[in-house]
Amino acid sequence: MNRWIEKQRHLIDFTASSLARRKGKSLGLLVVYTLLVFVLASVSLYTHALRNEATRVLAGTPEVVLQRLIAGRHDLIPPGYIEKIGRVRGVQKIEGRLWGYYYDSVLKANYTFMVPNDRRIPEGEIVVGPALERSRGLAEGNGISFRAYSGELHTFIVSEVLAHESELVNADLVLMSEPDFRRFFAYPDGHYTDIALWVANPQEVRNVGLKLINALPDSRPILREEVLRTYASIFDWREGMMLALLSAAILAFGIFAWEKAAGLSAEEKREIGILKAIGWETGDVIAMKFWEGFLVSLLAFLLGYVIAYIHVFHFEFALFAPVLQGWAVLYPSFALTPKIDGLQVATLFVFSVLPYTAATLVPIWRAATTDPDTVMRG
Amino acid sequence: MIFQPAIIALLLAAGLSLAMLATASPFAVQLIRHWDLGSGSERQLRLERLTYLFSMMVALVCGLQVLSTLLFVFNADKMSVMFVGAMCAVGALNANAYGFPALYAQLALFFFASTWLAINRLDNQARDYPLTRLKYVLLLAYAPLAALVLYLQFNYFIRLEADVITSCCGSMFSEEADTVASEVSAMAPRQAIALFYAGLGAAVLLALWHWRGAGRRVWSGLAVGASSVVAFFAALMGIVAFVSLYIYEHPHHHCPFCILKPEYDYQGYLLYIPLFAAAAAGLAAGVLTLFARRPSLATLAPQASARLAGIAAAGFALFLVVASFMVLSSNLILLE
Repeated sequence: MNRWIEKQRHLIDFTASSLARRKGKSLGLLVVYTLLVFVLASVSLYTHALRNEATRVLAGTPEVVLQRLIAGRHDLIPPGYIEKIGRVRGVQKIEGRLWGYYYDSVLKANYTFMVPNDRRIPEGEIVVGPALERSRGLAEGNGISFRAYSGELHTFIVSEVLAHESELVNADLVLMSEPDFRRFFAYPDGHYTDIALWVANPQEVRNVGLKLINALPDSRPILREEVLRTYASIFDWREGMMLALLSAAILAFGIFAWEKAAGLSAEEKREIGILKAIGWETGDVIAMKFWEGFLVSLLAFLLGYVIAYIHVFHFEFALFAPVLQGWAVLYPSFALTPKIDGLQVATLFVFSVLPYTAATLVPIWRAATTDPDTVMRG
Repeated sequence: MIFQPAIIALLLAAGLSLAMLATASPFAVQLIRHWDLGSGSERQLRLERLTYLFSMMVALVCGLQVLSTLLFVFNADKMSVMFVGAMCAVGALNANAYGFPALYAQLALFFFASTWLAINRLDNQARDYPLTRLKYVLLLAYAPLAALVLYLQFNYFIRLEADVITSCCGSMFSEEADTVASEVSAMAPRQAIALFYAGLGAAVLLALWHWRGAGRRVWSGLAVGASSVVAFFAALMGIVAFVSLYIYEHPHHHCPFCILKPEYDYQGYLLYIPLFAAAAAGLAAGVLTLFARRPSLATLAPQASARLAGIAAAGFALFLVVASFMVLSSNLILLE
């Protein structure tokens, strides 16, 4: 065993020095290889982080949201509806929620107006999200007027700006008191936008959903797990599409690697010829070439991955963000939580190292099986 | 669901394996028909050179199978959130009829490739390459198996449909009808423990005995091969029936995949890596003793077989120790 390790050590040593001797060629391959890993790793790191962020954000939301439908469209919850649900076993809390959208013609953007259930906001005051603070230049104590859909002008005092840390969810949020909300939108008394239900046991959620459908046939329960699943598959799909588009690049890289490996310079050929003449076996030359590929792959993979990590988590994925994150006027600016996962790295490995290895297989074999006298004479 | 990165990667790996084996097949036929080491003809020289390429290819395919098996299980686990009722990889694999067959075919491919590599190594050590024909007959059998893996995986993935919100207006509350079986059926723990220790203990002892005898006894070699296969299944059954329960400290969670997850500190790798290495080595040890009668392999084959039996004994023993340690250090009381 020790002899085997010793032999491999010498082979690696020889390979590293031979790579260093052919700097230009090795560097060219390394740059292209690193670039490929960088692009692929950026995409997968980013979508993975987004997926995590979505899971984190949704973790605090109610397990079931109940909407009422009329002719397939979302309608207000009429008075007495919540009472009709009554006590469903397993439900910890039922709450009617009030929220809506408001189009601001100054910014040409939509805000989300909402009445929070977990805090009291005095009448005439509002709490705004960070994107609003930025785009309308608001600060605590400022006044702001919105023109309601009825045409009246309503003025509010900003009592607080929400924390930047949770900007992904609260960027365009405006929180206000219930009387203000009802007055502003001329919302009928006793009506709600939808109903939120908190269920303690995750395995009961589906039963609760079924009971709701039976009790209120005109309603539509939306489960948190369904929303999560949908987000996950959207992000996966986007990442997959991006990778499918990049498959052309992977193919091109494979061809490039093949060319690089096949186009042995006269000097390299002579080198192999001399090695074989002084007693190297075909197997040794193959082992040397294997180590060469391994070293280049490892270096490119590490470099590409690290650069991608910096790109995604320190430069906010500046190069490809428009493709993957979607679009909005009041786009939240957010930093993602760095996260690396094994499946992702293994997938990336298949997409980058595998094509390289497969493409260099035949050229390596061809180089290793050449006769010493043919190369040295030719 | 085909547009998922891990799925594309898996199909790519399976496709590439098949492509490599398929390109090798016509040469394999040529080699089987014309291989003649005594001849110095142009064709023979070409064939001799080609054998290097094929062994490289099969080595790559073998490595790829290890990677894709891991990726397949990882991916199944990750996909489990997409299906109503699936809690982990078992549920995702049960999402349609192709899931588990695809996994089994993948494992079969891995063992086939590892045995092939052992034969290849032995053959390269002998001066007259006595097993070359056999190797390439096996290679021809290998290609259809790779095609089967690709077929099963493709069907599995293409038929997966995630239960997601597809419409924003209809009532889309996913129906309960297509629930997924999330559990693996398991034996009673007492029987399973007996079978587990008997099977693995026998495999360790037989492999040790074969190793001590320097691999000269053909039938002990065959016994090592057979007992390795038995021990492999006994081990998997034991993991499902009781080892996993002790790891999860939960009397009804039988999943053999969740132990690979970070929640359980990746303990599964400590079990599966020695187990798979030992099973592959034991199987190869059994197969290699078959060649001891050939004159040029009379000393080489027993040597190689004994070495592999040693690896198998060490692997199974390590597996037993790790599994027993996990059981003993657990807080679960399964048997009074």
